[in-house]
Amino acid sequence: MVARDKVAAVIIETRGLRKSYRSRQGREVKTVEAVRGVDLRVEQGEIFGFLGPNGAGKTTTLRMLATLIDPDGGEATIAGVDLRTDPGEVRRRIGYVAQGGSTWDEVTAREELTLHARMYGLRKPDAQRRATEALAAFQLTEYADRKCKTYSGGQRRRVDIALGIVHEPRVVFLDEPTTGLDPQSRAHMWEEIRRLRTEGMTVFITTHYLEEADALCDRIAIIDYGELVAEGTPASLKREISGEVVTVGLQPAGVERSEARTTSAAEVLDTQPYVRKLETHEADLRLYVDHGATAVPQIMRALEGAQIPLDSIEVHRPSLDDVFLAKTGRSLREE
Amino acid sequence: MKLLRDTWLIFQRQAVLQLRQPVWIFVGIFQPVMYLLLFAPLLKPALEGPLGLTTNAEVYRVFVPGMLVLIAIFGGLFQGFGLIAELRAGVIERSRVTPISRLALLLGRSLRDAMTLVVQAVIITVLALFFGLRTNLGDVLLAYLMLALIALMTSAVSYGVALKVRSEDALAPLMNTVAQPVFLLSGILLPISVEYGAPGWLVNVAKVNPFSWAVDGVRALFAGDIGDPKVWQSLVITGALAALAVVWAARSFARTVR
Ligand SMILES: Nc1ncnc2c1ncn2[C@@H]1O[C@H](COP(=O)(O)OP(=O)(O)O)[C@@H](O)[C@H]1O
Ligand SMILES: [Mg+2]
Repeated sequence: MVARDKVAAVIIETRGLRKSYRSRQGREVKTVEAVRGVDLRVEQGEIFGFLGPNGAGKTTTLRMLATLIDPDGGEATIAGVDLRTDPGEVRRRIGYVAQGGSTWDEVTAREELTLHARMYGLRKPDAQRRATEALAAFQLTEYADRKCKTYSGGQRRRVDIALGIVHEPRVVFLDEPTTGLDPQSRAHMWEEIRRLRTEGMTVFITTHYLEEADALCDRIAIIDYGELVAEGTPASLKREISGEVVTVGLQPAGVERSEARTTSAAEVLDTQPYVRKLETHEADLRLYVDHGATAVPQIMRALEGAQIPLDSIEVHRPSLDDVFLAKTGRSLREE
Repeated sequence: MKLLRDTWLIFQRQAVLQLRQPVWIFVGIFQPVMYLLLFAPLLKPALEGPLGLTTNAEVYRVFVPGMLVLIAIFGGLFQGFGLIAELRAGVIERSRVTPISRLALLLGRSLRDAMTLVVQAVIITVLALFFGLRTNLGDVLLAYLMLALIALMTSAVSYGVALKVRSEDALAPLMNTVAQPVFLLSGILLPISVEYGAPGWLVNVAKVNPFSWAVDGVRALFAGDIGDPKVWQSLVITGALAALAVVWAARSFARTVR
């Protein structure tokens, strides 16, 4: 007998998924390659995060997986069903919550949930029961019979998510479920998403918030300009950026920045033996070093020697932003 | 079976929404009543000579059918606005991720519109009785079927176009541009016929306008002339076009909609 690790079942697998849009700008027809060959593996029962800046191609990928738009190329298997040959069966097995909301002003949450469950083929009494359960699970019972137009942003978003899971799908796709929510509602939403995982659902969530990807997701894929740049658990991705990051601020905020000073500081520090990698970032320099505590005095001395004034210096453990920065040369925080 | 069930689901939802806004009843019959009150009285003296109409009953038999076809055309063509609002709210996308029949998404809505139109038509017919219309029930019921088919066709076209243009700003001028010539060439206000002194070219152009056939058919029914070949001809033409429009618009529901 060969000892084997327990292999988690793969519930979503994509190979070379592609999509481009043609859009007209005046006379010119431009082609935007929104998604250019995405390979993903999502395991059953995990919260999978799709992290990327605005316009990276997250929504386009999700809409392809949810059968709303046809891919230009590539293939995908979702919950054991081939996306291209049997989109109808894929629809039956998944839930999808769009980025922009999905409720109608003039009806109540209960009516929306019941109708939505019935659209999945449930009989009326079953649909009504599921609606009641979903309302309770998302703490909406109190408002269940009020028209959707009277809800707050957070309540309305919870109705959206409840709609996505009312038919108890095996996989649910949530497109930026917490965008626009206040911190408290966001924390609530995280709790609710974790609860879906405990119920055995696989959650595929997109976000452009680093903290969200880090705190909520079991595994993440980072997408930029339609291509995956990294994939793994948040911890393993951060571990790839081994050591620590020292951020050197050369000028106080608000002062007009001098390119020359940044360049000369970068030149000085790049040649230091303990600096493994250096990135310029507006008026800041980011140095990847093995030990922040011993690097700091050496950095200060080197800059002093070159007579370059220093504004601030900070040591931190690598974050997902450092991962993104290391892979793309840009920061996600600027978005 | 699934199609019927799914259509019923959508129809129900749309009907409930409409009943929650009962103002449409008022809006829907206000304009026709204005025509009955302010325009129809001019018709008798004007038509007495050319058409040989001498009684109010006869005048209304010509005028009321035209007016009903008119509201069927315009009422249907402007249903797309509601769909654009639904698109914006995300309701359509939410429906499209479920396995619900795409044809049902269209048919449920268009049948609701056809039903609305028939309700309007009944109210208007009853009001017209007070103004002096005389007609018989059986024939008029068949006329309502024809009107329902017209509404089904025009609302399906409107939904199909709405899914393509996705903006009220584009839909309004488009629908107006289509509706005006269709309306003028259908003989809704006055019959277009050589016997009544219409120029020959206009008669010929009107012949290729399916709504002109529909108006003739509904007029024949209101006149109690169920045996007039215009009746079955117009039913076949309108029915076929309604089916075409429904299939075309349902395909838009099935295909990419942002
Ligand atoms: N319907 C469309 N027509 C043209 N371009 C589009 C359309 N939808 C998205 N795009 C473009 O495709 C790219 C990816 O968009 P999207 O998938 O919405 O990104 P994200 O969800 O990550 O913000 C962007 O450049 C966007 O402008
Ligand atoms: Mg998006």
